[in-house]
Amino acid sequence: MSVFVDENTRVVIQGVSPTSQGLYHGLRNRAYGTKVVAGTNPKRGGETIEGIPVFSSVSEAVAETGANASFISVPPPFACEAIIEAAEAGVPFVVCITEGIPAHDEARAYNLLVRDFPGTRLLGPNCPGVISAGKCNIGITSGDIALPGGPVGLVSRSGTVFYQALYELTRKGVGQTTGVGIGGDPVPGTTFTDVLEAFESDPETKAVTMIGEIGGSAEEQAAEFIRDRMSKPVVAYIAGVTAPPGRKMGHAGAIISGSQGTARAKMEALSAAGVIVAQNPTEAGERMVEIVKNLA
Amino acid sequence: MDLYEYQGKQYFARFGIPVSPGGVADTVDEAVVQAEQAGFPVVVKAQVKVGGRGKAGGIQLADDVDAVRRHARAILGMDLKGHVVGRLWIERSSDIAKEYYASFTLDRSAKKYLCMVSAKGGVEIEEVAATDPGAIARLHVDPVDGLSPQAARALVADAGLDEEARRGAADVLLGLYRCYTEGDCDLAEINPLVLTTEGDVHALDAKVTLDDNAAFRHPEWEEFAGTDTSDPRERLAKEKGLQYVGLDGFVGIIANGAGLAMSTCDVVEQVGGKPANFLDIGGGANAAQMANALEVINTDENVRSIFINIFGGITRGEEVANGIVEAMGRVEIASPIVIRLDGTNADEGRRILAEHGSDKLESVATMIEAARRATELAQGAAR
Repeated sequence: MSVFVDENTRVVIQGVSPTSQGLYHGLRNRAYGTKVVAGTNPKRGGETIEGIPVFSSVSEAVAETGANASFISVPPPFACEAIIEAAEAGVPFVVCITEGIPAHDEARAYNLLVRDFPGTRLLGPNCPGVISAGKCNIGITSGDIALPGGPVGLVSRSGTVFYQALYELTRKGVGQTTGVGIGGDPVPGTTFTDVLEAFESDPETKAVTMIGEIGGSAEEQAAEFIRDRMSKPVVAYIAGVTAPPGRKMGHAGAIISGSQGTARAKMEALSAAGVIVAQNPTEAGERMVEIVKNLA
Repeated sequence: MDLYEYQGKQYFARFGIPVSPGGVADTVDEAVVQAEQAGFPVVVKAQVKVGGRGKAGGIQLADDVDAVRRHARAILGMDLKGHVVGRLWIERSSDIAKEYYASFTLDRSAKKYLCMVSAKGGVEIEEVAATDPGAIARLHVDPVDGLSPQAARALVADAGLDEEARRGAADVLLGLYRCYTEGDCDLAEINPLVLTTEGDVHALDAKVTLDDNAAFRHPEWEEFAGTDTSDPRERLAKEKGLQYVGLDGFVGIIANGAGLAMSTCDVVEQVGGKPANFLDIGGGANAAQMANALEVINTDENVRSIFINIFGGITRGEEVANGIVEAMGRVEIASPIVIRLDGTNADEGRRILAEHGSDKLESVATMIEAARRATELAQGAAR
């Protein structure tokens, strides 16, 4: 099994046009085997682009095609509107990879979802997306670095370290159930804890790799969840040991505020919760390979 | 982007938050003009983006023109914790009865705004939080609902602000909330917020951090640009649109993606090196961006070797390789380069680099080996 998406996931690309990022990535996702069933564009309803039927709104696309997931890569000024449009149309799973959304827009959109659209899960923004190896890939991950068959679940804030981690496992013949990129922004729609909870209840996921970074306290919250509620082994890696305080390290959410959000504190919290904490992505891969060997 | 105090106060004023009358001065003569306009006595304040200015002598009271001259002369050019003072803010001195604290920021774990108010102002809020946490009244504000006048009044009462300050302080909170939200701040902080002996409440200091992601809808932020950093490497990187943070080591770092760039810095340190910088060329980086990144690193005199760490997703190996070749043709790269290239089209990229055949360039298979090699080269090299 996989979490959040599988072979039955039907994706609508929001904001599709012949030159859009959404189409570019959507076609790559389709080539991977993802069911890309619709696109939306208020000015192109009725057109067909690369074999994808285009509707003028998400609700129309859902009604006509049964889409049950949406993919958003529209520019920052329009991204939150697109998220809410998907939620209003009843889409249960929304992936938004857009980077650079103003923090207040994101905070409002998140709280609006929580209050008015509890049936919609947002993944991202500013994330690489989700890949259930061999079944469904929504986002910008190269499909060839994932290996189907499990048993590892992967969750990461960073995009490239996510790829690196998938690749390290795949190279050593260890498959994944699902890889989830939650993104590097301050208010992610889906948190480590949400994903860990999903992996804990997924019978095919036997172990989890978690990749965090400096800033915020999501890793500390995850550590609490792991300590109290998780039975499966977890390997973690946290990036940013050398990051100076008070500076945004590329991601909007990667900032040490005062003494809050350091890599050391996160590693200690995870260690105390029984997590195997690796010093770099390669070691994280090696430790996971050992765990998987012992499972068999 | 952090604002200077004077910029923060000007920003506050747009949202109706009262501040002391004052103005900016870059010279002693300008300081005198601003002081006369504000009315004596005045406070002469160094404009630097670092805390503890007062203790370091960067804030002085002046009763007359002579005192303004004396203090302005002393403070301009002063080095405050590595920040050289180039600008002063001159404002009318306030007769302070009480000092409070007020701020808005995002509570990332609650995913709501956090408003903090305290009757203990004028000291670092972290210190109050550590020594007397009960002295800080906290309120989570739902970004969808906003801050109501009733909630603002209840909060200042809860914080134990003096009766005569509460109405004014609640108004300031409502203005500060608008500044924080409509003004797209990551942080809007007043410390101290003062009650004067005349019974007025106003902001005596301003700490404002703007959300860079919202710059597209704030053309007025242009005036704040270019004043943010004293590091020439960071200025150049910003001009070239690169995500760069200067560090003090000797291995130049280029990676794609923020997480991988941080991770690369960490790994270099783990093998005994020291990163000279954090540099993320971004997802989907092309040849031109790679060339820009190399040029920025090339200006850093402390750099002894360069470690390029790329995991191709949208970023393609051959683009990265072409960028390196292009940059090496465009400028004389002073340091040896070690590259680890994996992911999309990595083979093609490695082939291009091998054909280029520069003795300054080494391809290494893994991230850790590459970090070791870059550190080795740095330690063996003299520039």
